[in-house]
Amino acid sequence: MSDTAIKRTVMAGNEAAATAAKLARVQVIAAYPITPQTSVVEQLSAWVESGELPAEFVTVESEHSALTVCITASTVGARVFTATSANGLAYMTEQVWWAAGARLPIVMCIANRAMAAPWNVLNDQQDSMSVRDAGWIQLYCRDNQEILDTTIQAYRIAEQLHVPVMVCYDGFLLSHTVMPVEVPSAEQVDAYLPPYEPLTVVDPDDPRNIGPVTLADPRANADGVSCHGYMEVRALHQQALLGALETIPAADAEWSELTGREWGGLTWEHLLDDAEVVLVAAGSVGMQLTVAAEALREQGVKAGVLGIRSYRPFPVDALRGKLAGRKLALVFDKALSYGNEGPICGDLKAALYGQPEAPVVFGAVCGLGGRDVTVEQLNDAANRAIADLADGVTDRAADWLNLHL
Amino acid sequence: MTDSTSMVEIRWHGRGGQGAVTSAKLLAEAAFLSGWKGVTSAPSFGAERRGAPITASTRLDSEPIRIYSQVTSPDIAIVLDDSLLEVGGAATGLKPGATVIVNTTRSAAELGVAGDARVVTADVTGAAQAAGVLVGGNAIVSAAILGSIAKATGVVTMESVESAITHMFNGSAAAKNVEAARIAYECTEGAR
Repeated sequence: MSDTAIKRTVMAGNEAAATAAKLARVQVIAAYPITPQTSVVEQLSAWVESGELPAEFVTVESEHSALTVCITASTVGARVFTATSANGLAYMTEQVWWAAGARLPIVMCIANRAMAAPWNVLNDQQDSMSVRDAGWIQLYCRDNQEILDTTIQAYRIAEQLHVPVMVCYDGFLLSHTVMPVEVPSAEQVDAYLPPYEPLTVVDPDDPRNIGPVTLADPRANADGVSCHGYMEVRALHQQALLGALETIPAADAEWSELTGREWGGLTWEHLLDDAEVVLVAAGSVGMQLTVAAEALREQGVKAGVLGIRSYRPFPVDALRGKLAGRKLALVFDKALSYGNEGPICGDLKAALYGQPEAPVVFGAVCGLGGRDVTVEQLNDAANRAIADLADGVTDRAADWLNLHL
Repeated sequence: MTDSTSMVEIRWHGRGGQGAVTSAKLLAEAAFLSGWKGVTSAPSFGAERRGAPITASTRLDSEPIRIYSQVTSPDIAIVLDDSLLEVGGAATGLKPGATVIVNTTRSAAELGVAGDARVVTADVTGAAQAAGVLVGGNAIVSAAILGSIAKATGVVTMESVESAITHMFNGSAAAKNVEAARIAYECTEGAR
């Protein structure tokens, strides 16, 4: 495919992710294949092999090593890419934390898949949700165009903040579903994404200690310079994540100026203006919710959708503002914090706690392990929630969609 | 649903290894080239086993598609192997007046599909054989079936079918598959 012109075609989500990595001129790729991420890696390795992508493709024996290669390559100043799913992400978890703590601008695509056991290769979002606390930015996509655009934006965000970014998209539902995608030209992407300028470069002529043991309290280094303790390092990391609340919308806005496409920055909405009932979700189910909201409006319910694009950082202020004065927020999670509730639902309740105009928040769990989620089911779940609210219910257990116990 | 009136829902029935996934992709590209703004084609999700019945879903619309669930009530069912009419449930859940396109050497009457569906038949395997689209001695119908779809439904033009095939395959493989689709177009029976 020529990179010189804007091209409109149909492609699967994995191809969109690989295409974005190529357009971002990644220099090092390390990944281990796992369903449903596999074709991202296959595509990139084919481009590297053919010379179409002048990058180093490092084959590794595991996901742990894949991310380790990315960490080291990023440390010496390369723009790097990897992708994984489910148990692959779990296997690299130690290094997921390392990449974030070391403040490396790695971009990793997650083709979201259910965690084993029992073994299951199909979609839900338990994998990335399980590492939500690791210090990465997490962006969730609703279609293949957004996967391509967000992966490019992710480099911009990561390199600006020195924080790694996960670009999450639903396995099979997006990774393997082909749909129309506009591929930007190399010129557009180059204008948006200048070459990566690393903060530190490993240089034998300028030796330094990277990632040293950092104890509780600040202390002087070998040159007598006072250095942060662990808590200071972590506070700065938190500052960077909170700073992303401005960086992410800015990156999206600038992309929009170049391509005409913007994705809402931190959140996106559909029919929200006068909505009393707001359906909340991250990822492709949000797209289906837009159809459900329209159906609810036809039945006389003022329904709308509030989509979570940035799950980490969690856009607390935006969510408070957009939900103030609504009657009900119904959150659809494709994951669970076992023994508690869906992660987005729990986070939203925490964000709205004590807010005078906050809506009642109900949770729903759907699509675990690839269970098909239909618009009719979403619609029915909304109607059950509306009926509960009318009955005076203000707190209830999560509604599991299409469950047959 | 506000956008379901113009949407065409298509369900594929094949056997693992038969090429239904490739067919669904080709149809998506041909449909996009034919002017559909909303196009999604999704393979049967999960692990495929060679020979086992599989399905795939394609949706076409004048607006972008926002529904990602599997097609359960199709306007068009495409059956790559006529044995799947019985064991694969290929004729279940059809919308009223649906079209069923079957790769078969039998006639529509012999197939005996219940209900009011319009049954369109074509010897697509024969078309692929005649064009020399063979892998390991077996005829591959994944591209040829597009000819029958174009003839039977008009959701895609033959011109766009040929472009999609030429984009996906190289050199002689492209030429043979285009030829197979043309033969399938001609031999499709029951098209309006």
